[in-house]
Amino acid sequence: MTDLFSKFDPLIELRTNLLAQGQEDPFNLVMERVVSPTEAICNGRQTILLGTYNYMGMTFDPDVIEAGKQALDDFGAGTTGSRVLNGTYAGHKAVEEALKEFYGMDHAMVFSTGYQANLGIISTVAGKGDYIVLDIDSHASIWDGCKLGDAEVVPFKHNDIEAMDKRLGRIPEGAGKLVILEGVYSMLGDIAPLKEMIAVAKKHGAMVLVDEAHSMGFIGPNGRGVAEDQGVLDDVDFVIGTFSKSVGTVGGFCVSNHPKFEILRLVCRPYVFTASLPPSVVATACTSIRKLMHAGNKRAHLWENSKILHQGLTEAGFQLGTSEPQSAIIAVIMPDLEKGAAMWEALLKEGLYVNLARPPATPANMTLLRCSLCAEHTAEQVQTIIGMFQRAGKAVGII
Amino acid sequence: MDRAATAEKIAGIIEPFNKKGVEITDASTFAGDLEFDSLTVMDFVAAIEDEFDIIISMNQQAEIENYGQLIDAVVKLQG
Repeated sequence: MTDLFSKFDPLIELRTNLLAQGQEDPFNLVMERVVSPTEAICNGRQTILLGTYNYMGMTFDPDVIEAGKQALDDFGAGTTGSRVLNGTYAGHKAVEEALKEFYGMDHAMVFSTGYQANLGIISTVAGKGDYIVLDIDSHASIWDGCKLGDAEVVPFKHNDIEAMDKRLGRIPEGAGKLVILEGVYSMLGDIAPLKEMIAVAKKHGAMVLVDEAHSMGFIGPNGRGVAEDQGVLDDVDFVIGTFSKSVGTVGGFCVSNHPKFEILRLVCRPYVFTASLPPSVVATACTSIRKLMHAGNKRAHLWENSKILHQGLTEAGFQLGTSEPQSAIIAVIMPDLEKGAAMWEALLKEGLYVNLARPPATPANMTLLRCSLCAEHTAEQVQTIIGMFQRAGKAVGII
Repeated sequence: MDRAATAEKIAGIIEPFNKKGVEITDASTFAGDLEFDSLTVMDFVAAIEDEFDIIISMNQQAEIENYGQLIDAVVKLQG
């Protein structure tokens, strides 16, 4: 039968063939019970979690949980409305205040997800006739924001400063320009040379948006991200972030010093035409963000974990996405999807959950096992993880 | 640069990307006949952009399906 679903046939076939070999479905895992930020019962097994974005382990922080419970009692389960109508409660203003303090910026706007933050800000700021110059490895939410806004979209090779410079130089005079970069690229866990790239963008008179989803709370002296770490946060026009990683709940945001920023609340469709976050969510986010301002020790421990895992996996003979650890993400490169899926399953049976990432999410058609560390992983757990990788890698024939 | 001169330059640029040595006509499609994947498209477009000092935005790329359309687009973009 041919209908609108026929275009999915190749993917359906790929999945059917993979699962026919008895492979556990990597995209249908269920966590029956979550024990802590680093452990859960997955598909019936006690499992160490190494594939969440819970970098700072805030999901079970007692103060965070307490704030959420209190907000449920005081404000109810949901707002049933848009931010611009009946959906702005005291908690939404409080979390925006917390963000302004966290980043030291004048304005903060909270969206219902990080995806919507990119979708909304990009499509509203860069419209028809404007030019967006962006890294080819940008996240799906960035690409979708470009598409929604009708701007001319000009990609350049990943982290290639010269390619970016050339493309900016060819944009017709007078056209509006937005450069979009990420602090940490989540597939390989590599960072961008933001200092050099932002200088080039400014030389061409472009505005700069940096997605710091995977660096918040962890990278930079105050956990503000890669731009802070490289000393160029003041030159960033828009920082996009999320509550669903280090903050430990769900939601997205943009912070900015632009004097006219507040007008976006009225013209940004993914902000206006959706319900605002539930009171419990903004309360947990607010408490978590304020705690992340003083999380220096946790940051230091997370860096230790990242370095030890990177070194351990390198010594075991795995090929990694970066030659040195640059973030809390360590990507292990698999020879192909079949081997990657087999390795993923072998690790799961060892009691370890990692992310299996495959094209089109990955660059260069790679299959990756992405490990993301948590500040709550103990040094002992990291050693256990390295041992699991060694056994699974030998069993599958990758090392 | 006229169409003939532009076509000649592009023929030189596409050669290393045409790994299977497909015979190229104006009707040859990039996705079908030449089997360009997204990475090849990016590198190939970058090579064309650098040679002619132009921008072929993703929006414009979406309109270019075959070799002839590419030559026409590059002629037009050079103004």
